[in-house]
Amino acid sequence: MDHIFFFYFAAVIAATSLLVVALRNPVYSALSLLIMFFHVAGLYVTLHAEFLAAVQIVVYAGAILVLYLFVVMLLSIKSEERYHSQLPVAGLLGVMLCTEVILLFIQSRTGAAAPAAADPIAGPGNTEMIGEALYSTYLFPFEVASLILLVAMIGAIILAKKDINEPVQ
Amino acid sequence: MTFPLQDLLTILPELIVIGTACLILALDPILEATKKDVLAWLTLGALAMCIGLTSSQMTGRVSAFSGMVVIDAYAAFWKLLLYIVTGLTVLLSLAYLKAERLSIGEYYGFILLALAGMMVMVSGADLLTIYLGTELMSLSLYVMAGLKRTEARSLEASAKYFVLGAFSSGVLLYGISLLFGLAGSTGLSAIAAAITAHGTGDPLLSLALVLLAVGFGFKMAVVPFHMWTPDVYQGAPTSVTAFMAVASKAASFGAFLRVFVEGLGAASADWSVLFTVVCLATLALGNLVAIVQTNIKRMLAYSSIAHAGYALIGVVVAGGHSGEGASTGFASVLLYIAIYSFMTLGAFALVGMLRKEGQESDQIEDYAGLAKREPLAAFFMLVFLVSLAGIPPTAGFIGKFYIFMAAVNGGMTWLAIVAVIFAAISAFYYLRIVMVMYMREAEGSIATHSRLETSPALSLVLACALAGVVLLGLFPNGLWSLASQAAPLLK
Repeated sequence: MDHIFFFYFAAVIAATSLLVVALRNPVYSALSLLIMFFHVAGLYVTLHAEFLAAVQIVVYAGAILVLYLFVVMLLSIKSEERYHSQLPVAGLLGVMLCTEVILLFIQSRTGAAAPAAADPIAGPGNTEMIGEALYSTYLFPFEVASLILLVAMIGAIILAKKDINEPVQ
Repeated sequence: MTFPLQDLLTILPELIVIGTACLILALDPILEATKKDVLAWLTLGALAMCIGLTSSQMTGRVSAFSGMVVIDAYAAFWKLLLYIVTGLTVLLSLAYLKAERLSIGEYYGFILLALAGMMVMVSGADLLTIYLGTELMSLSLYVMAGLKRTEARSLEASAKYFVLGAFSSGVLLYGISLLFGLAGSTGLSAIAAAITAHGTGDPLLSLALVLLAVGFGFKMAVVPFHMWTPDVYQGAPTSVTAFMAVASKAASFGAFLRVFVEGLGAASADWSVLFTVVCLATLALGNLVAIVQTNIKRMLAYSSIAHAGYALIGVVVAGGHSGEGASTGFASVLLYIAIYSFMTLGAFALVGMLRKEGQESDQIEDYAGLAKREPLAAFFMLVFLVSLAGIPPTAGFIGKFYIFMAAVNGGMTWLAIVAVIFAAISAFYYLRIVMVMYMREAEGSIATHSRLETSPALSLVLACALAGVVLLGLFPNGLWSLASQAAPLLK
């Protein structure tokens, strides 16, 4: 059963990753990236890393991808022509990566056995454990981080506000 | 999942600062534009309370929130300095914001939030807390640098500071993550224990050391990580520049010393070599480039870079020693930064309030004939510049004296000699302004001449800064005993 899910997720990840670079319209590329992020999150669930899966969706799909889309739409990039000049560099990097994958594959065949996959985490779910750590050991940094968000929020408003230079009577 | 009330009491100063900041942010929209001064007085009240509270935390070493925060004389020293500097900045801002016609109540909230970040930095005993404190401080400063939104230069300063600051935070975080990988913990004491256990030969440790040095180097503005300083200091509103040049540098030094001594003390032989190079580069570049500046804010920016170089001498000397020698070295750094704060703040306060036709006159040319137009302002500037140059009987001399003595006693006489040579070079560009003020006649019509826009708040700032520079120059013993009481707590 696990294997079926793994192959499903892996296949979709591989296919959508290819689509990200192959599609001509950057918005479609971003949407394939979105599908890929969801399937990576699915992989995390099969590994019992529910928290990581949730973070993957919230952070990558929710925040980073939206940022990408904003940039794409604001700049209204219609086609990806300007990236064609990077083909030699991309090709070189691609060849290097492929060699690395092949080498690793050969090594895993001939060399020592690959390290076994990590055991599923026992005890309470990792979300609970992270929550407990956040609110006990890491309470102080957690609160400081919340202040950072407050500053970022108010700072953005102040810098974007219109009537900042009202004269003082 | 419970924590004792005691933990909350130990961070009471931080809570007051943050609470007041939130109160200011909430009060600002409902206050009339004419009554925004109330917010500044509120800020000063909170700072006064914090001074009282922190003074009572000077003894012992209390660790709170599962070792994330530590309150000791070292943290208290920096905090007291930061309160005073912040208070003076608030007073200066009161005058400056009016002159610039900026009515932003949130300004004081951001000053307090930046202060909270600095307080977290200097009392953090865990790399995670220190990093988050740095971010809280920097983020507030990025916003404050861009508050003069009608001026492109201010926005440029904000954007430049943000991009480079974010980059340096990334580098710092990378170093922290490597140390975490090495030690399995972000706690400074755990890292120290891991380094002692593994030895210092690990290349991973060296890499982490370099990355942390780069990250803190950006925040302290030492060469070669100083590139943002002149542009940001020039573009930001001058009250903010003063705050950045003084408070953020002091807090960065505080956190930097804590990390490198408490966490990486075992590798001090490695990092003292690294910082010798940085220190020499900082002294050379800061002092030499300052000579050719025509804008006084840029000149003071390079001067602040050079002063970080002098302070680093103390760090280098202390890093090469243990026990008594190290303590004296670190104490001289604390003393130097405290003295630097007063003279730099005073100089920036004058630069911000010397204005012509509603504009800041920040060209060195504008100071021509100032002694005739504004004798008192010229005299104040003279004292601050003489102190920055390190000429007795001002505090600047005392600061340099203790640093050089530490170097000589630590067997690094050559470093002291190099620094004295650069101090002599620095006298050239500081005294050039004195020359312009006293010897040169103003050209052009009277209307375009810069004048000091006085106000009670500004007078108070200048009086405090002058008192700091003169009194610490004549009676440095009190501050020195505070510094030498704080320094041995780094271990």
